[in-house]
This record gives sequence, structure tokens and C-alpha cells, in this order.
Amino acid sequence: MAAAAPPLKDELDIVIPTIRNLDFLEMWRPFFQPYHLIIVQDGDPSKTIKVPDGFDYELYNRNDINKILGPRSSCISFKDSACRCFGYMVSKKKYIFTIDDDCFVANDPSGKQINALEQHIKNLLCPSTPLFFNTLYDPFREGADFVRGYPFSLREGVPTAVSHGLWLNIPDYDAPTQLVKPHERNSRYVDAVLTIPKGTLFPMCGMNLAFDRDLIGPAMYFGLMGDGQPIGRYDDMWAGWCIKVICDHLGLGVKTGLPYIWHSKASNPFVNLKKEYKGIFWQEEIIPFFQSATLSKDSTTVQKCYLELSKQVEEKLGKVDPYFVKLADAMETWIQAWDELNPTKAN
Amino acid sequence: MSQFTIKDDEVDIVIGALQPDLTSFMEQWRPFFSRFHLIIVQDPDLKGELKIPEGFNLNLYTKSDIDKVVGSSSNAISFSGYSCRYFGYLMSRNKYIISIDDDCIPAKNSNGEPIDAISQHIINLTTPATPFFFNTLYDPFCEGADFVRGYPFSLRSGVECGLSCGLWLNLADYDAPTQSLKPDLKNSRYVDAVLTVPARTMLPVSGINISFNNELVGPALLPAFRLAKEGKVRWETVEDIWTGMCVKVVCDHLRLGVKSGLPYVWRQERGNAVESLKKEWEGVKLMEDVVPFFQSVRLSESAVTAEDCVVEIASSVKEHLGPLNPTFDRAAETMVEWIKLWKRVRAN
Repeated sequence: MAAAAPPLKDELDIVIPTIRNLDFLEMWRPFFQPYHLIIVQDGDPSKTIKVPDGFDYELYNRNDINKILGPRSSCISFKDSACRCFGYMVSKKKYIFTIDDDCFVANDPSGKQINALEQHIKNLLCPSTPLFFNTLYDPFREGADFVRGYPFSLREGVPTAVSHGLWLNIPDYDAPTQLVKPHERNSRYVDAVLTIPKGTLFPMCGMNLAFDRDLIGPAMYFGLMGDGQPIGRYDDMWAGWCIKVICDHLGLGVKTGLPYIWHSKASNPFVNLKKEYKGIFWQEEIIPFFQSATLSKDSTTVQKCYLELSKQVEEKLGKVDPYFVKLADAMETWIQAWDELNPTKAN
Repeated sequence: MSQFTIKDDEVDIVIGALQPDLTSFMEQWRPFFSRFHLIIVQDPDLKGELKIPEGFNLNLYTKSDIDKVVGSSSNAISFSGYSCRYFGYLMSRNKYIISIDDDCIPAKNSNGEPIDAISQHIINLTTPATPFFFNTLYDPFCEGADFVRGYPFSLRSGVECGLSCGLWLNLADYDAPTQSLKPDLKNSRYVDAVLTVPARTMLPVSGINISFNNELVGPALLPAFRLAKEGKVRWETVEDIWTGMCVKVVCDHLRLGVKSGLPYVWRQERGNAVESLKKEWEGVKLMEDVVPFFQSVRLSESAVTAEDCVVEIASSVKEHLGPLNPTFDRAAETMVEWIKLWKRVRAN
């Protein structure tokens, strides 16, 4: 009997930022090989990153990014994995799955290897339920449904824009927490996918993430981080707050939970602290900003929403630090670059 | 982070008895119930004497007790069926109340050992909730977990937990249409998490397995929303869904938390979904109005206690939902009567 074709084989790109090597792909080979990879090489462009044989890929280093975007390449971070969002921009596919190069295949409690990509695809292809909380989590999963009291008019759900996966082993803690609990490991397998309710923000981690480019792609900008910037390790957080405000506005869903991957590398907490330091203070202002951000009725596309948001960033967060004025500008540049590389298809 | 230990005498386990023989139920729960004081309330419609095994520290209330205490309010407030447990809440003087349906027994963990749902509820109620920002690793206060990167530090102390909603293995709390359509659908998925339901997010609270902080939200656990054809199986009621949303609005307004997830109980088969559907489907229909109402209701700044909040919600129900269906009108009146009764009983 022929095996079923890998789901969304020609509709999904796997975006991987890397600075070291791609050895981790060997473990993922059974799950990733059918798919096209977009490798975004950060750091020294003269270094050659070896891609294991048998993978279909395109690879971009800093020189490529500069050539393709010209002056607009200023919006893409350097010496930070935030550069991965360049991969989102150049992709021609509907779906993106992004994963860090220190993330491996995890096992579920029965010992079976988890096909994280397959789970993300399931999450993206079935609706979200942000308007009312289902106590049995994802009602569309096998073996579950909507509970008593859940209005029938809300049971169709909304399209899912983002699927946020989790991590076993090294948890995604900030530097202060890492310093206090250097040995804590996440060993709890929570067998749930759930929709993050409308109006609720969350910390989006870019280690194990999938999304629908058509629905939310332009909002997945990972900001200005790393070299020459006052902050790092807030790239995915920033994108997460932006996409959540926009998804809430456009009636799209964001899921979190399964799949788990195995996160193998604990980054140096002292290095992290230096990167995050300003962010830890700034997020006290940033969070209330996003929690109260509203978008106008006229913002009916992701780009319009994002540009409106960028103006609000400049206006309201510019007073916190001039960095946000730069960031707001970069957000605009990103949209220009996105639109140029992704012209709207004529009907 | 460790939660502070509470004294056993701060807890009441309130059981509404809808069946005459509680022997099996109580024996199965004995290892987890026996430390605590129990309040058992017999459904006033249930005739005869309840069978209760020995060896528990308990108070039993029957129809005559209810009539004596409630007196003239008895016209507005019905304690029949599942609502009998609210009389138990009214009588309780303890800080934490845990309530489980009498057709549920302890669930088993992956080692086959019975799960102590009581302890888990107590843990949920006595550790902070985090309603203002979602933690992707769920409960940050449980062992082996914490707040993730990107979680604002100013929100990490959390707020007090007002309500803890547990779940059910085997017979899940589905409505009659769903269970009729999928008669073999049983819940066998054990999700090892407790999470805080975010502020301003509404949820359907099932009364099958809940606990709450009586001091903080007690008055909001009320028997108000009675269907015309309300019955003695959960498929024929939505009173807990109504009450749960009242409690959520109160908690959101008073900056308290509502948790959902562990513990699980094992819910035994009872009743027939198809039969219930034939009898009662109005509850399902009414949710269409109930949910948008609770999602949009806002309370005034002067409402600083649960009692104040309930009175304001009742007034809003009367104004906005009353015209749609007499059930809502009655609910609003009952809520007001309940608060009067609550205050009267507390004053004595």
C-alpha cells in the first residue's frame, strides 16, 4: 500500500536560521526531507554552511540579503536569529514552519517519536476558537469536542493563522530565571492544543513555530536585534505581540501547545542577560501598549494593520526609547520589502 | 514555589445528593474526603432517607432544613436537583469549598492509583492565578515549571484564585446533542495542566467538579438559572454554566483568577443523551443569548464585593436579557433574592 503523500508537501517551506551547522537535520530527515528548506545564514557570510545531502533547499547569507533587498536590508537583523524572517519574506509558499538548529525530535510519553511538522499542519488546517474558551481544549482533535454550554453559533471557529509549539528539556526561560534555576528541565508533556483567547497576549517563542503566510505573514517581522541594536532575544516576542493584536482584529486564531520538540542547548544566561536587560524593563511599557492597542476598521489587510501599528509604536513607545522610533521605521521598511517581493496576485 | 499549607478545617466538601444511596460514592472518595468536614444536601425532591456510610465528619441537610432556613424566599429560589448543593454553600462557614457530583469517583493516574482531586483543588485555590498574560508553560507555580521568557515581571506575583474548574474522564461534560451524535465519545485524554483562564475570556463552567474561595466569591455561586424542563441529569440543566459565567465576571472585575484543568474525576455513565435531548434542548438555545451578554457586561467601580457584583449583574440581566425570555427574568429576580438570603443567613 502506498504511503500517503506528506501533507502540504508543495505548500510549506521550512525556515531555519543558522550560524553553526545543520547537523540537527539528520534526526529530522524522515519528517523534513520531502519539504523545501530555506536556510538563512547569520553571521560571517564567508563561512560555508554544509547542508546534509538529499535536502532540497535555498540558502541566503548576509550578502544575499543585502543584494536582494538593497537599502531595505537594514530592517533585517544581523548576528541574531531574528534574521530568519527574511526567509518568511522570500518564501513562495502558503505555510511556514520555523525551527531552531538546536531543536531535535522529542518522544511522546509512549516513547514514540513526535512528528512536529505533522502536528503543526493539523493545527493550522483546522479552526481555532478564540471567542469562547473550551475546557476540553481543542474541540477539533480526535477524542474531543465542544463542552456543554458552548454556543453552537461559535462552533465553526475561525481560520488558524499561527501554531505555537512547545519544548521539552531546556525550557524557554529568560536570563534571570535561568540564573536562578539552571538545572530545571521541562519534563511535563501536556497533551493539549488550545486557542489563545481573543484579547489575550502571550510570549511567542520562535523555536518551534508555524504559520499561514497568506493569513499573517507580513506581521511576522522579527524586529531589530543583535549587532548594533540595544536588545536581543525579543525578536519572537515582538512578532508575537504584533501578530496577536492583528489576529484578534482580523478574526484569526492562534494556537499553542503540541507539538513538542526537544530543545538541547541551554544558552549562556550571562550572555542572555546582557541581551535581554533592556527588554526586561521595556516590556513593562510594551505590554500595556499592546494590551490597549486598537486598530481602525479601515485596516482590513495584514499590511494595513501592521503599518497602523508601526505608527502607534512610534507615537507611544518612541518616548520610552529612541530604539522604538527606529523599530517603527524598520517595520515600515519590512512591509515595503515584503510587498515588493510578494506582489499581490492579480485575480 | 511552595503554596502555604492550609488548615483542614478551612475546607468544606459540599455534595448534592441526587441519588438515595451514597455508599459507593463515599467509600471510593473516603481516602481523600475523610480529613475534611462534609456538607451533604439531599435533593428536596428525593424522598426517603439517604444511605451514608459511617466515619465521616459531616452535616446533612434535607428539605425540612432548607424550608426552615430559606422560609419566605422559597418561592423565588429553588434548591431542587443539582441546585441543592447551593444550600450547602449557604450553610458553610469555611473558606474553601469543593463540590463534586455524586456520580463521579476518583480517576486513576497512569500508575493505576486513584487521584486525590481534593488536594489538587486546594493547591489550585491556594496558589496564585495569572489572568493578565498567558503563560505558554501553563501554571508557572507548579513544580518543574515557571514563567517563560517574555512574561512581564510585574505580573509574576499573580492574583488570588477565586474558582478552580476540574475536568472529567470517561463521560465528559458534553451537551445532549453532541453526546447523542457521538454516543461512544468518551474522554480518555489526560491533560497534565492547570491554567488560568485569561481575564475577560468567558468559559462554560461545569459544576461536576469545582472548588472556590468562599470568602472571595461565595455569593456568586448561586442557583438562579433554572430551565422550564430542568431535570436530574446534567444534560437537562445549564444552571452551572450560568453561575460559572457570573463568577467569571465577578472574578474579572475584582481581579481574581479562575483556573481550569486538573484535577480529573472519573464520571460514571448515567442517563441517556437522546432521551434528554428529546426532553430538554432549550438550554442549548439560550446559550446563544447568555454568552454574548456575559462577554459584554461591565460592572461599576463601586462594586467591590461579590455581593455588589451579583446585584449589578442581576440588574443588567433584567434589562438586557429579561425581554428575550422569562427564564432570564426569573434568573435576575432569583439572583437578587439569593443575595438577600445570603446576607440574612450570614448575619445570624
